[in-house]
Amino acid sequence: MKQALTGNEAAAIAAKLARVKVISAYPITPQTAVVERLAEFVANGELDAEFIKVESEHSALSACIGAAATGTRTFTATSSQGLMLMSEMLFVASGLRLPIVMANANRSLSAPLSIWCDQQDSMAVRDSGWVQLYCENNQEVLDSVLQAYRVAEELLLPVMVCFDGFILSHTAEPVDIPGQAEVDEFLPPYKLPNPLDPCRPVTMGPVGVPECYEEFRCMLQEATRASKEKLIEVGRAFWKHFRRRYGLIERYRSNDADVLLLTMGSLGSSAKDIVDSYRKRGEKVGLVRVRSFRPFPVKELIDALGSAKAVSVLEKDVSPGSAGALFLDTAAAFINVKRAPLMLDFICGLGGRDVSSLHIREAVRAATRAAEIGEVRKAVRWLGLREKLVGLRI
Amino acid sequence: MIEVRFHGRGGQGAVTAARLLAEAAFLEGKHCQAFPFFGAERRGAPVVAFTRIDTKPIRIRTQVYEPNHVVVLDPTLLEVVNVAAGLKRGGVIVLNAKAAPKELRIGKIATVDATSVAIEALGAPITNTAMLGAFAKATKLVSLDSVAKAIRGHFRGKLAEQNIAAVKAAYGETAVMK
Repeated sequence: MKQALTGNEAAAIAAKLARVKVISAYPITPQTAVVERLAEFVANGELDAEFIKVESEHSALSACIGAAATGTRTFTATSSQGLMLMSEMLFVASGLRLPIVMANANRSLSAPLSIWCDQQDSMAVRDSGWVQLYCENNQEVLDSVLQAYRVAEELLLPVMVCFDGFILSHTAEPVDIPGQAEVDEFLPPYKLPNPLDPCRPVTMGPVGVPECYEEFRCMLQEATRASKEKLIEVGRAFWKHFRRRYGLIERYRSNDADVLLLTMGSLGSSAKDIVDSYRKRGEKVGLVRVRSFRPFPVKELIDALGSAKAVSVLEKDVSPGSAGALFLDTAAAFINVKRAPLMLDFICGLGGRDVSSLHIREAVRAATRAAEIGEVRKAVRWLGLREKLVGLRI
Repeated sequence: MIEVRFHGRGGQGAVTAARLLAEAAFLEGKHCQAFPFFGAERRGAPVVAFTRIDTKPIRIRTQVYEPNHVVVLDPTLLEVVNVAAGLKRGGVIVLNAKAAPKELRIGKIATVDATSVAIEALGAPITNTAMLGAFAKATKLVSLDSVAKAIRGHFRGKLAEQNIAAVKAAYGETAVMK
């Protein structure tokens, strides 16, 4: 059944369709509607789940960890400062290998306070051992939450489904809502191998002495690497059930492209229109969108970008003193590879700054210019910056 | 693609109007997108929301800079906001006003006293649904039936019927000027 839904509504409906049993979350803009909707589902009997009310996000994720440790399907949602407050427990969730699924409506971080979109929040916790998926539209939000549970439960890894705050969370657009029976078939109940159970006591997460801690980290690394194959496998199963295709990356008119845009999240959607406009004029411009940032699709990106002359990365985050995270990982993917494209990094859309068609075209033009002259004079740039306000020529 | 910009004040339902218009178009088999201007909305402060309607899937997610049509839910906004900014040639400004103000000479103007219509139908000056009736009449982009259906999907019982009454009354009273 198709319905016009916001990204928040799509996330909440997906959690309901996944038959989550425990939800714990704390309201924060722009994610609040996810929690509100789920609370409604529980209150009116549409969803048979326990909604654990807490006083903070730290407690929300702690409650999810406790619930997930008993083998219960668990869901939470947050944004920005909420994710920061959870950060300590994020590492606990992944270290304990608990298959929690979280919806994160991407929002910038204070200070200065900003409720608007960028992807700095999830980038700040990219090393927390959670699988991170970034969605382009609201259909993908719903579909990714369902796929996330399969990946999480089959590999015992927590998964974060990220979608741009406001740009998706508050935008209504048509979404196909699958039937409950179809979802049940795709996502059967799961059994945690060693659950917390008062009748069969176990200890979880005791001290990891130097003789074994590193092995735990290594196992987490290997499981996250293995989640690449799992994401592909689950994507195929999803296609069989629902006829919508998902992979680690999405390629759009990229096969023969000289110049490529590389981005994550909702920017991919607008960029496709721009790519089409260049193609109409016979210019070989294409787009690659990273859907899975963790695990990072190294091989797929080498295949997708390797034959282009230049790539402009568009990203809503920056590691001050270095560059954007997507740019850094993509550049690293090409180390020890013979043929690499020139790469430019465009930091844009921070704190809700609109990334307009003009901005995206500027990134295409810069890559085209780099391809022409065969070099990149300045790799990391800002797009749409009000230079006068900064008082510097960047 | 048709892009519509709604101007209102926090509490008048501009964001809901944008969504209802999108859903009405969706019910007619079109693709749609509705979103608020991502600001810090407060009751009484100027608010902007957008709707995109197309026959094919909508991918563009930038803000709307050059709308095809503009809907103004509150007459006092004309003094503080340039509601005609970026309006495309041939576009309609659908205005909540007793008469078209002389200073607005851009494009086609449609007016309705939506405040009175809303007070009559709802008992409150919440003009969003009335202005959708005016929009439907001025642009013929969506039918009254689809607007009514979209409203029934959002509001229940008496509230839905009151809002539909506001849509119909405004539709009847809207004057379209060249």
